Amino acid sequence: MAVLDAPRIVTSRLAYEDSHTLARYLATGGYEALRKALSMHPEQVAAEVDQASLLGRGGAGFPAGRKWSMLRPSEVAYLVVNGDESEPATFKDHLLVERDPHQLVEGVIIAAYALQVNRAFIYLRGEFALGLERVQGALNEAYDHGALGRDVFGSGFSLDVVVHPGAGAYICGEETALLEGLEGKRGFPRIKPPFFPAAQGLYGEPTVVNNVETMSNLPWIVLNGGAAFAALGAGRSTGTRLFALAGRVNRPGVYEVEMVKNTFRDLIYDPAFGAGVPGGRPVKAFIPGGVSAPWFGPDQLDLPLGQDEVGAQGSMLGSGSVVVLDDTSCAVRAAWRITKFFSRESCGQCTPCREGSGWIERAMYRLEHGGGRVEDLDLLLDLCDNIAPGLTWPPQQTTICVLGPSIPSSVHAAIEMFKDEFLAHVESQGCPFD
Amino acid sequence: MTHLRVDLRQRAEELVALYPRPRSAMLPLLHLVQEQDGYVSPEGIDEVAELTGTTPADVRGTASFYDMFHLEPVGRYVVGVCTNIACLLAGGEELLAHASERLGCAVGSTTDDGLFTLEETECLADCGHAPCVTVNHRYVRTTTPEAFDAMVDEVRQGRRDHEIPDHGTLVRVRRNGGLRVPDEVIAAERAAAKAARARRLEEAG
Repeated sequence: MAVLDAPRIVTSRLAYEDSHTLARYLATGGYEALRKALSMHPEQVAAEVDQASLLGRGGAGFPAGRKWSMLRPSEVAYLVVNGDESEPATFKDHLLVERDPHQLVEGVIIAAYALQVNRAFIYLRGEFALGLERVQGALNEAYDHGALGRDVFGSGFSLDVVVHPGAGAYICGEETALLEGLEGKRGFPRIKPPFFPAAQGLYGEPTVVNNVETMSNLPWIVLNGGAAFAALGAGRSTGTRLFALAGRVNRPGVYEVEMVKNTFRDLIYDPAFGAGVPGGRPVKAFIPGGVSAPWFGPDQLDLPLGQDEVGAQGSMLGSGSVVVLDDTSCAVRAAWRITKFFSRESCGQCTPCREGSGWIERAMYRLEHGGGRVEDLDLLLDLCDNIAPGLTWPPQQTTICVLGPSIPSSVHAAIEMFKDEFLAHVESQGCPFD
Repeated sequence: MTHLRVDLRQRAEELVALYPRPRSAMLPLLHLVQEQDGYVSPEGIDEVAELTGTTPADVRGTASFYDMFHLEPVGRYVVGVCTNIACLLAGGEELLAHASERLGCAVGSTTDDGLFTLEETECLADCGHAPCVTVNHRYVRTTTPEAFDAMVDEVRQGRRDHEIPDHGTLVRVRRNGGLRVPDEVIAAERAAAKAARARRLEEAG
């Protein structure tokens, strides 16, 4: 049974039509957390976040508190919010920027205060036209309210926040590519080291890059304390998390779920969440954390929704997207489409990713559409192995960023789990599901 | 005489002033060019180069990296249909084929009357309403062929123009004033905060 008694930390205002306005935000406790934070020392605010064990909600799951502690002392430093949400089937940040932009803005101001940073940028994917309007609207209201600009609420702390539109590039979700986009360049991920923008980020200055959902958790954490947040969930996976549920379910959508206490089965089947598969059909497979994640079969449905729990089973919670395939879904077509996506979005800097993605996509295409050969299965695995040697989890890396090693996940999993289906495609020279 | 209209030129200059370095305004400025011209025009590229202190080659090289920037003219309404994983599982490929037939243009091309351009898109982050359809980057949430047809008719008659503006994702984004905190204020505050932190550390031993 699903555990539903956790507080709504980031989705508490969604029932209101006007949830994006300052009036509604103030009427529901908005900017109280900021006032409280400003009464504390910056280090105390950071300590609360550290105690909360808030894992980054963008995909990598790196603890926000630790990221903050790595910020190199400097005359100039920046805070950048990653709202370039583009991992296929991930649509939680979209909800947060459109429906509760003030919560995001308050989180940004709190983080900037804790980090003692005076310039922040919110990078939103350019396709979020309404999101850009709403966040800019919230910033305008926050300035007028005294929560932004010079001398925030009379505290002596000043902050400017600029919303920056992307322009359609999945790779700009990678934090160093995002910084390139913010510098007005092609979104090429930067060569590591330095591994962390906290050492060398925007314009080479120390920069903290945090996800939209991560920021949106901060007002609650400051108001209720890091310990209260850490009391939810279990182990390293604390608090609640937004899961974007899509694919073959009756109620696709974004659900706030307490970490670890619930399982993938709860998320997919509970009437409060996905409410099962259409027609009562069986789950054939599911993708537990965005298309970069290896797939799971129905035998993993009872796995808890926790970062380490999923990691130990050879996949990841990643971006918080769960995609369900039922017995009417073609595994070859699904893996082909995911590879087509990576091939289209590869920035082209590294040969294994640029060439490998296209090569895999072409082989997958002919399997799905007629022309496939039995030896294509070995060819595909060999190509995957060239991109991420050993096909281990987490994957080995031959490229500048993790887009490359994400390519083999779906193809490798599909071949391992559904080899017969691949062979049936060869046999019938096309898709048996058509 | 600038290529950008007076109001857009003013917005462009305000955008440049928001960033520590002018080149950072590259993407927003290209959105403004698209808002005026419907695509990233050669004249617009020259002006963005001037505003950002770069060269037209630099601007074109950057613009060509990003899917939202059209380097050739497109229709007044750009219709995007997603076929990525969540939409694939909900019939996105079928809806895209239907859209192509209904609009009378191949995927990636523009109708003869210049009204519609049809694109197959990657995930647009609206998977709760799959298959996802957008018009000029507004989510129209027409998941069935019937709903799609009705939407196209309304757009054709101009009945959706209040919610689907012309090109430009920043058409309705207006910042209420520029930066409010001068660099000298920031420098002074940072110095004071640093000193306060040192004092606290000293007191704490």
